[in-house]
Amino acid sequence: MLQAQKKHARFLFMFIFPAFIIYTVFMLLPILNSMKYSLYSGDGLIPENFVGLDNYVKLFTEERYYSKFWNAFSNNIKFFLIVTFIQNILGFFMAVFVTRSFKGNKFMRKLSFLPTTLSVLVVGFIFKLILNPYYGVFDKVLEALGLGKYIIPWLGDPRSALIIVSIAVSWQFFGESVLFYSSGIDGIDDSILEAARIDGANIWHEIIHIILPSVLPIVGIVTILIFIGDFTQFDIVYAMTGYRGDPGYSTDLMGSLFYRTAFATTERGGWGTGMGATVATMMFIIVTVGVGILLAFFNRKKEEMLK
Amino acid sequence: MMKPTKAAARALLYGIMVFYALTIIMPLIIMLSTSFKSNAEIFNNPFGLPEKFNFDAYTSLFVISNYGRYFLNSIGVTVISLAVAVTVSALASYAISKYQFKYNKAIYVFFVLGLFIPIKLGTVDIMLTMLNLKIFDTLWALIIVYIAMAIPLSVFILYDYIRMIPDELSSAARIDGCSEPGIFGRIIVPLVKPGLAAAGIISFIPNWNEFWFPLVLIKSREHFTIPLATGQLFGQFDTKLNLVFAVLSLASVPVIIIYLLLSNYFVKGLSAGAVKG
Repeated sequence: MLQAQKKHARFLFMFIFPAFIIYTVFMLLPILNSMKYSLYSGDGLIPENFVGLDNYVKLFTEERYYSKFWNAFSNNIKFFLIVTFIQNILGFFMAVFVTRSFKGNKFMRKLSFLPTTLSVLVVGFIFKLILNPYYGVFDKVLEALGLGKYIIPWLGDPRSALIIVSIAVSWQFFGESVLFYSSGIDGIDDSILEAARIDGANIWHEIIHIILPSVLPIVGIVTILIFIGDFTQFDIVYAMTGYRGDPGYSTDLMGSLFYRTAFATTERGGWGTGMGATVATMMFIIVTVGVGILLAFFNRKKEEMLK
Repeated sequence: MMKPTKAAARALLYGIMVFYALTIIMPLIIMLSTSFKSNAEIFNNPFGLPEKFNFDAYTSLFVISNYGRYFLNSIGVTVISLAVAVTVSALASYAISKYQFKYNKAIYVFFVLGLFIPIKLGTVDIMLTMLNLKIFDTLWALIIVYIAMAIPLSVFILYDYIRMIPDELSSAARIDGCSEPGIFGRIIVPLVKPGLAAAGIISFIPNWNEFWFPLVLIKSREHFTIPLATGQLFGQFDTKLNLVFAVLSLASVPVIIIYLLLSNYFVKGLSAGAVKG
C-alpha cells in the first residue's frame, strides 16, 4: 500500500467520486428522503404538506391502518421463523451431509445453489402452478399415494397459505445456506476432525463440539441476511397470493403492504405516498433494530462458546 | 469390508442426496416439460415428458407478445448497468486498497454497508426523482438504480482482488515515470480481470431477476424487462397453461445456463464472502 501524498489527492478523488456519487444519490439518499416524505402528506403524487409525525400517529391509532400494519408485521415474523428454521437448521444438516466425501458431492454442491439463481417471481409462480387445485401436480401425487383426503386448497386456505409461501422461499434460498455452511465446514482443520475420530467421537459429537462452534459466526450472517430479505420480501407474495396477500391478507408481508400503500391506487389499497413512505420508514426501523438484536445475540453466543 | 452400520449410513446419505436433488430438479423439469405440451396433454398426462415437443407456446410468445423486445431490454439494462458498476467500483476499489490515506478504511466500510441496506425502502424517493429527471418509464431509470445496487458487492469483491496484487509492479512503473491512472489502466486492470469477471457475474443474477423496480418505474409495454413481462403476462395467460410455463422457462433458462457454465465463480466468490464476513 502506498502512503498517499498531496499530489495524489486529485486523482484519488477522481477515482472514488463516480462510485461514491451514484451509490450515495441513488441508494443512501433515497432512504433518507423517504424518511423525510414520511413527515409530509398530500393528495398528489408528491406529498407537499408538512404534517410532522401525523402519519405515524395515524398509522398506530387508526384502525384501518394499524390493523393492516400489525397483521403484516406478525405474518412477517411467522414467515421469518419458518424460513429461518428451514434454512438454518435443515440447511446446516444438509451442509454436513454435502461435505462428507461421497461420489457426486461436487455436483450436489453445485446443484444445491441452482434455485437461488432463479428469480423469486418465477419460483413463486412455479409453486403456485404445482399447487393448483385443478391441474397441479402436487395434489395428483398425493392422490396417487392415497393421501387424497388431506388435500386442501393450499394457497386458498388461511391456515396453510403463509406456511406454503414460506416453504417456497426456503426452497429457493436453501442452497445459499448450504453453500455458506459448507464453506465454513471446509475451513475446519482436518487434523482436528481426525483427532476427534481417533478419540472415538461419533458424528453427533463431531457436529456439536467441532462443526457447530466453527460455523456459528456463519449462522449469524445467514440469519441476518434472511432477516433483511424476509422483512423486505415482496416478489413471492405478488407471485403466489397476489399483492394483497390473499386469502384475507393472511399472507400479507411488510413488503407487499409497502407496495400497496405507497404505489397502488386508493381502490387497490393505496394510502398515498406520504403514508407509504411512513411504512417504508417503519420497515427500515424494524430491519435496523432486528439486525442489531441479532448481532448482539450472536456476539454473546460466540463469547460463550469461546469461554 | 465396510461394517454394516457404515454401509447403512452410506445408503442413508445417498438416499438423502437423491431426495434433495429431486426436490431441486423436479419443479424445473415440470416447468420445462409442461411448456412443450399442448393444453389437452397437460390435463391428460401431467407427470410424463411431452409426447412430442410442441413449440407453439414459444412461437406465439415471440410473434404475438413481443418477447424479443423484452429480452433486448433486459440484456441492454443488464449489460450497461453491470459494465458501469464494475468500472466505477474497480476505480474506487483501487484508490482505497492501494493508497493509504486518512479515510480509505472508512470509505470501504461505507460502500460495503450497502450490502445490508435494502434499497427497496427508498423507492418512494427514487420514483419521484425519476419523474423529476424525466426518465420515469424509461430503461434509464432502471439502469441507474441497478448501477447503484451493484456497487457495494462489486467493491466488496474487487477490493480483495486488487489488494492481492503485489505492489512491486506498480512501484517499478512509478519509477519509470508512469502516471497513477496509467498504473491502474496498464498494470492493475490486466491483472484483475478475473476479479472484474467475478464481480460482473455475481451481480448479473440479482440484476437480471429484479422485478420490484420495473414494477414501480416502468409503465409502457415497450420498456418491459423479462421479469416484468413474466409478472404481467402470467395472469393474462391463465387459461393457456403451456404459455404460462413457457413464460417461466424463458425467464429462467438464461440464468440456469449461465450458472451451469460459470458456477465456480459463484461458489468461490460467495463462500469467500461468508467466511470473511
